[in-house]
Amino acid sequence: MVALTPFKEAADMLMEAGAEKLDNCYQCGLCTGSCPWNQVRSFLVRRIIHQAQLGVIDFESEDLWLCTTCRNCVQRCPRGVEIIDIMKAMRRVITETGTAKIPDSLRLAITNIAGAGNPLGEPPEQRGDWAAPLRLKHKADSSTLYFSCCIPAYEPKVKRVARATAQVLKTSGTDFNILASRENCCGESVRKAGDENLFNSLAEKNIKAFSEAGIKQILVSSPHCYHSFKNEYSKLGADFEVLHIVQYLAPLVSEGKFKFKKEVKKKVAYHDSCYLARHNGIYDEPRRILESIPGIELVELPDVKENTLCCGGGGGRIWMDTKKDERFSDLRIQQALDVGADVLAVSCPYCMLNFEDSLLGFSNTKTVEIKDVVELICEGL
Amino acid sequence: MSILKGKPDDDIKIGVYVCHCGHNIASTVDVEEVARRAKELGEVSVARDYVYMCSSKGQNLIRQDIMQLGINRVVVAACSPRLYEQTFQNVLRESGLNPYLLQVANIREQCAWLHEPGPLATEKANRLVKGAIKRVIHHSPIEEQSVPVFPATLVIGGGIAGIQAALEIANSQQIVYLVEREPSIGGHMAQFDKTFPTLDCSACILTPKMNEVARNPYIRLMTYSEVVEVSGYVGNFNVKVRRKARYIDEDKCVGCGICVEKCPWSTESEFDADLGVRKAVYTPFPQAIPNIPVIDKERCVYFLKGKCRACEKFCEAKAINFQQEDLFIELHVGAIIVATGYDVFDPTPISQYGYGRLPNVFTSLEFERLCSPSGPTGGQLKLADGREPKSLAVIHCVGSRDQNYNAYCSRVCCMHSLKYSHLFKEKTGGEVYQIYIDMRCTGKGYEEFYERVQGEHVRFIRGKLATITADSPDSETGEKLSLSCEDTLLGGLVNIPVDMAVLCVALEPRHDAEQVAQILRLGRSRDGFFMERHPKLDPVATMSEGIFIVGCCQGPKDIPDTVAQASAAAARALAMIVRGKMETGAITAAIDETLCSACKVCNALCPYGAIFFDEVSNVSRVNRILCKGCNVCGAACPSGAISTRNFSESQILAEIEGVLV
Ligand SMILES: Cc1cc2nc3c(=O)[nH]c(=O)nc-3n(C[C@H](O)[C@H](O)[C@H](O)COP(=O)(O)OP(=O)(O)OC[C@H]3O[C@@H](n4cnc5c(N)ncnc54)[C@H](O)[C@@H]3O)c2cc1C
Ligand code: SF4
Ligand code: SF4
Repeated sequence: MVALTPFKEAADMLMEAGAEKLDNCYQCGLCTGSCPWNQVRSFLVRRIIHQAQLGVIDFESEDLWLCTTCRNCVQRCPRGVEIIDIMKAMRRVITETGTAKIPDSLRLAITNIAGAGNPLGEPPEQRGDWAAPLRLKHKADSSTLYFSCCIPAYEPKVKRVARATAQVLKTSGTDFNILASRENCCGESVRKAGDENLFNSLAEKNIKAFSEAGIKQILVSSPHCYHSFKNEYSKLGADFEVLHIVQYLAPLVSEGKFKFKKEVKKKVAYHDSCYLARHNGIYDEPRRILESIPGIELVELPDVKENTLCCGGGGGRIWMDTKKDERFSDLRIQQALDVGADVLAVSCPYCMLNFEDSLLGFSNTKTVEIKDVVELICEGL
Repeated sequence: MSILKGKPDDDIKIGVYVCHCGHNIASTVDVEEVARRAKELGEVSVARDYVYMCSSKGQNLIRQDIMQLGINRVVVAACSPRLYEQTFQNVLRESGLNPYLLQVANIREQCAWLHEPGPLATEKANRLVKGAIKRVIHHSPIEEQSVPVFPATLVIGGGIAGIQAALEIANSQQIVYLVEREPSIGGHMAQFDKTFPTLDCSACILTPKMNEVARNPYIRLMTYSEVVEVSGYVGNFNVKVRRKARYIDEDKCVGCGICVEKCPWSTESEFDADLGVRKAVYTPFPQAIPNIPVIDKERCVYFLKGKCRACEKFCEAKAINFQQEDLFIELHVGAIIVATGYDVFDPTPISQYGYGRLPNVFTSLEFERLCSPSGPTGGQLKLADGREPKSLAVIHCVGSRDQNYNAYCSRVCCMHSLKYSHLFKEKTGGEVYQIYIDMRCTGKGYEEFYERVQGEHVRFIRGKLATITADSPDSETGEKLSLSCEDTLLGGLVNIPVDMAVLCVALEPRHDAEQVAQILRLGRSRDGFFMERHPKLDPVATMSEGIFIVGCCQGPKDIPDTVAQASAAAARALAMIVRGKMETGAITAAIDETLCSACKVCNALCPYGAIFFDEVSNVSRVNRILCKGCNVCGAACPSGAISTRNFSESQILAEIEGVLV
């Protein structure tokens, strides 16, 4: 066995890349015990933290790319260690110094975003095409922007979320603008995947486009866009009011803005997304909406709210390959089936994509539908 | 031109004494030169240097000059005034001079120890000495004060801390009032089965002390009572105590317990951590002191519905009195000892541990009651369904060492965890897992206890518990708990199936600590416990003169440390009482009543509550006994009416001018 020598320079490099509070870790292992990866494979978060403390990191290890930034560990860590920042810092060091290889699938997504402004590499001119069949008269002079996120904009399986949202906004009498080809990926996952420079340039482009269009309020479908616009762009000088669509709609539903005509006779389980729930503390609004839709019976999954189970899509994992038997989304679908839900309701396009993919592997007779909360509103109208 | 107002008195005669401090000062500063230069100043009558001014020979030099040359101001150029100022003040006092006519120039810490030897260091010493000389001209005598100490002590809280403090004082034949909130004294220690590290039976060592409290004629015990108001100051506190109605006449009750036996109504027993039941009329535990029951008004059916009075029918002593009302009693005491102890952390918010949801997850305090022969199961360990558990997990640091709850270490949990392993093995012979982060067994005999318990085949898993779930149903024995965490030494996730789990919960400040702090004007540290005057050198005193804190109200600690603190505070209180008086600081604020504009700004600012407003004369006044001379008021007074004795503007400006000009 080779003896390890602490390598101060590597530890310092991480500190500079944002791994503050690293030194406070007292190696209790609660992060490992809280991390969803350990439900499907071994992932010793605590050991990575210690390696980072001593600067003896194996930059070649695939472990450095596992963290989904779900925040379960950070929330529980008794010493307030910002574990996600440490994971991000290690990826950043790899990205910026080229010391190790970035996973192929991630590199492809990043290249696409850098070139086309979306991870799928689709043409920017087609970003607004999802809205075409709706023949929306969205108002170019409205100071409210609906920002759909790249996935509902391009991904055929998820486009329905953007369409349902536009429909519901229209019903509620909300004027809104869409910026189509002038929008770029928000960059939230790009940043977590370690590409700080690309994040900064995406943020700069978006802030400029929003400001030029006179935007004051942004409504988003993705908790990831929400997180970056609200918590990260604001640090770069942006000053917009940012609302996730469930936050915007919940009060309108309560006020009776929507006249529900149909009963949605379904047992619905709501899946809290990490970025809406743990990262931003939004638990009640989606539940309030679901409870107001006539016919819906709301049931709770075993791991909810601050203890929610990650779908596996955060931190850039949405673009990386995950082995078949290591998908958290499979566990979540099973939980939904176990509580007898007809619908697994989501409010995040990444979760939706992951669950839709997982469903393909479930050949059971009984299955569950994946629906965005906003789609369920539509069903009741 | 001088910036100073007023002309110094003509007959001022200053003596200057420059110390070599062995080589400490003399090797850097030319002390003879300093003395020579001082002598050149007009007001200085004599200037000397000596190898150790603090020695008795050095002190004698000053004494002789005062007596023989009529020196009436003294400057000592030596080490920090924190070290020997009081010694030199005594020299003045003994020679018939007011001790505040002294000024110390610190030429050691502030000069010799900082600089290279040479003329510059000497010049700095000269300047410091000149500042002191110019300052001392403006000193005037300050009257010293002392207050009489009323010979009685109040102890608040009758846990082991309060019991020990009360006994120490009473054994010196001084009066103690012991005020306890609950119906009986004993505190948490009365709830334990055995105590680490010796495994003495808790009741066996505590009960004799409780009986002594009841017997000792110098102790006035008031249980089921609370302090509601404290006024006055060191030596003379006026205390108001509320004696809650027991609905039982303490003088008539003989403690036969027939009322308890006959009462038809039951409720959860707080003493049994809600695991057992008690009657609506009850004594919390068999060895209670005093052995007088209490009728719980919230539970008594007579109070709730107007019918029952079963106890009254059976009480031969005619002690039941439903008409009783709360009584307010005024006490006069010289010193106060606070011993209000701790609460235990409620682990319900840590939802992943399932406390309150999973029936076989207990807290440490609950486990103590399950182990106790006087507890709800008669000392038998039982699961919710009545079976004896075959395996146990003991979880450390629940709510301790965790920024989300309490960042501090609760200090006793590692040890009582080991105690539980031992007790479980002894009672059931089953498997035990300790899930710990670090083992902290630092008291006398503690490491040895750790080793002993290891030898009993307890399994130690190093890691912080992540979750407890009940998802491993075992067909033969019913549901088991499944614990999951990383074993950080193995470097892998472990799943541990057990029948029972004990959460060793943090010791927290009492829920009403803030209220008590306000009544007594105590500070609280960041962790919420009461704040001591100095964390190392004065751990039992507080910033409120005459009020002491002992036991767990000051911070988590074990019984040996608690008892040691209690004895220490008792000694401090006794020292005051036996002398009958207390010197209080002379350096206090003074208000020039002709300048006071009655704005009352200072009244609210004083951290010691020492300023009050005199409505008759329409000016603010300082209570010199409470004042600590911090000068917060002086800095805030918009009329410039307040100055602090010995820190007047003229003194400070003169010193600055002396140093600079
Ligand atoms: C589960 C557990 C097991 C433990 N086991 C051991 C052990 O084996 N060995 C060991 O050395 N230590 C042990 N300890 C530590 C031990 O409990 C403490 O050291 C000790 O009890 C501290 O005594 P105390 O008098 O300061 O506080 P407490 O025991 O809390 O007593 C305080 C008293 O003050 C009263 N009171 C509170 N507020 C007021 C008020 N406002 N007015 C009037 N009265 C008031 C309370 O009713 C109580 O009677 C254990 C602790 C825990 C939590
Ligand atoms: S939970 Fe926090 S303190 Fe514990 S090992 Fe992980 S990072 Fe370190
Ligand atoms: S953030 Fe989530 S995925 Fe990342 S290490 Fe922590 S628990 Fe695991």
